[in-house]
Amino acid sequence: MKLSGARILLECLKREGVDLIFGLPGGAVLPVYDALYDFQGIRHILVRQEAAAGHAAEGYARTTGRVGVCLVTSGPAATNLVTALQDAYMDSIPIVAFTGQVPTHLIGNDAFQEADNVGITRPCTKHNFLVKDTRELARVIREAFYIASTGRPGPVHVDLPKDILVKEAEFVWPEQVSLRSYNPTYDGHPGQIRKAARLLLRARRPVLYVGGGVISSDAHRELLELAELTQIPVTVTLMGLGAFPSEHPLCLDMLGMHGTYYANMAVHHSDLLVAVGARFDDRVTGKIEHFAPQAEIVHIDIDPSSISKNIKVHVPIVGDCRRVLRALVDAVREEGGEEGLAQAREARRPWLAQIAEWRQKHPLRYEWDDNVIKPQYVIQAISELTRGEAYIVTGVGQHQMWAAQYYRFKYPRHWCTSGGLGTMGYGLPCAMGVAAAHPGALVVNIDGDGSFVMNSQELATCYEENLPVKTVIINNGGHGMVRQWQEIIYRGRFIAIDLDRSPDFVKLAEAYGCVGIRATKPSEVVPALEKAFATPGPVVVDVVVDRWEFVFPMVPAGGANRDMILERPSRAVKEQAARSQTGF
Amino acid sequence: MQNGQEPRKHTIAVLVENRFGVLSRVAGLFSARGYNIESLSVGETLDPTVSRMTLVVRGDEFVIEQVMKQLHKLIDVIKVTDLTDEDHVERELMLIRVNAEPQHRAEILRIADIFRAKVVDVAPLSFVLEATGDERKLEALLELLRPMGIQELVRTGKVAIARGPKTRTRKAEGRRAPRASEDPRVVGFAD
Repeated sequence: MKLSGARILLECLKREGVDLIFGLPGGAVLPVYDALYDFQGIRHILVRQEAAAGHAAEGYARTTGRVGVCLVTSGPAATNLVTALQDAYMDSIPIVAFTGQVPTHLIGNDAFQEADNVGITRPCTKHNFLVKDTRELARVIREAFYIASTGRPGPVHVDLPKDILVKEAEFVWPEQVSLRSYNPTYDGHPGQIRKAARLLLRARRPVLYVGGGVISSDAHRELLELAELTQIPVTVTLMGLGAFPSEHPLCLDMLGMHGTYYANMAVHHSDLLVAVGARFDDRVTGKIEHFAPQAEIVHIDIDPSSISKNIKVHVPIVGDCRRVLRALVDAVREEGGEEGLAQAREARRPWLAQIAEWRQKHPLRYEWDDNVIKPQYVIQAISELTRGEAYIVTGVGQHQMWAAQYYRFKYPRHWCTSGGLGTMGYGLPCAMGVAAAHPGALVVNIDGDGSFVMNSQELATCYEENLPVKTVIINNGGHGMVRQWQEIIYRGRFIAIDLDRSPDFVKLAEAYGCVGIRATKPSEVVPALEKAFATPGPVVVDVVVDRWEFVFPMVPAGGANRDMILERPSRAVKEQAARSQTGF
Repeated sequence: MQNGQEPRKHTIAVLVENRFGVLSRVAGLFSARGYNIESLSVGETLDPTVSRMTLVVRGDEFVIEQVMKQLHKLIDVIKVTDLTDEDHVERELMLIRVNAEPQHRAEILRIADIFRAKVVDVAPLSFVLEATGDERKLEALLELLRPMGIQELVRTGKVAIARGPKTRTRKAEGRRAPRASEDPRVVGFAD
């Protein structure tokens, strides 16, 4: 059966199980849109700016575990999409992005809306393709989905010249994908797993340090089993939130720059650190020489290049987190036996007691105020009202860190945040993708007043496509995280941070057809949130908070994690922070 | 990460899919991660769907481990081998246009003869020499020609191949594969 390239593309998407695509049309991809006109089974959501299509696809992918898809045109549309691709690349999110391209005979001619798309996206995708023959299209799309979703997941970009979409070819769906140059390792090495199991049984002060890999491989059950079986406390990275229930007694919450005191102290004093699907990012380790100095390190990751990249690892295990943890649980049982396990659990009682002491000494805390809303309180209120069951999406900045610290996570795949790239403006479009993927679910976008306006135009998409995202703006009248750094590290020389003339967010919401609510006093927070969650359709809650509230604990970039700043610092501490500021 | 190992030159052979864009993926990887390529040469293998790159990279053990892993992570890369500590042969081809004043012509020809370099172009005031060899040999040749005045120099970059096993464990291949240095399809650059 001969079909046009555009039709082949849609047939392939259907066979890949794609039910939703986020996009914005333009000259070069018009053949695809024309084919969509009478194609059944794929919903297209029209975004207002191309980066939003990418972030929405990320939100879809993160919360469903399936590949997110976006479709935009050539030139400026493709360059707008680059931020989302790099974002997905750094956070290992499987998306396939299709861009239009000028017809093959015009490539290189500086044609209208031409850009070297594959040249631009090469360093920010797991892989990319320029299709030069309609007959190759089906194979390329099959490979794109396969590469995006297997191994360490990531974004794949497919560039589609217009003539390729118009020309016809025989449609043959390749049942199998075989790439001789790409064979991810899924099963961990049995000898290494045995070695790790013995270390787990022997260690006196072990800590599990888990990241986004546990979420993308759906390893949360195995993680829980391992942690409970061996009584090893668990700390999670920003990307790993939700991989282990926050309310679990073994949960140490987040570690790193804005991690909890007890998590950072536990890692610092550990004698065995088991990293699972995490990559020893600089925001986690702080000064690398002072990170877990006494610990032997076991590192489980599907990407061999993550291992021994930043820190020397004693027992590397390359493989899928879920399969390796499963094997590790079995190996621990076998190696230890009932008796050995009981002994191991007994032997680490003092360690758990020590951690409990740290937790009691410096829990996450903030000063309550009757008149000014504290941002942490807003997060706590959201957490309680949603019972930790909502999908939570954030922008980037202070509000993101407070959300990570104060929201009590119950489930994996319910948390979307831009971890690696730190993309401001990520919240609303990502939340849109989540809402589109989960009709009827409560999706809360916790955003900042700086972050929100970077993609606030997407309120129009939310309204038009009926995506009931509840945006809660933690409005502190400026770029709060920068304000915090300028106060603590740059001696209070504030510049370019105030956003006192932001639009009236309630009116802005209303202008887009959404509902706007404002809270300015602590007593108004819960009623405002309750109203927002009960109102159908997209809502914006503008919560005016204390602009001088900072995120603590804090490790100045380049400092050692044990030197956390726990509260508003004295002059001496600031001087020290300024001096130890060697990173960024 | 701290590592006591001193940086040294490594010769890395990379088999890649012979496809559009592969060279820029490899080159892009090096620039993005701040690794230095000393030389890179690419050519088709016996299998026309596969190309072989020979990279010379300077780095300590830790950097080289990352280079190998990152190369392997590229979807189009089939196999990565560090030949440095294996028994292997390295060659580079060099073309040199050297001043050839009447009083130096015999001397240049003698040097060329000793180094088994070929004269591939003769002009009234210059010769073009073609020389192959490992790095030390080519450096020595250049050193001797320098006093005459080298007008222009072009090098292919290093190519390398592992030596065959010394014991007769495998059947010899029927047809000898052309040496990379003899292969006209080998293109490359050096800096």
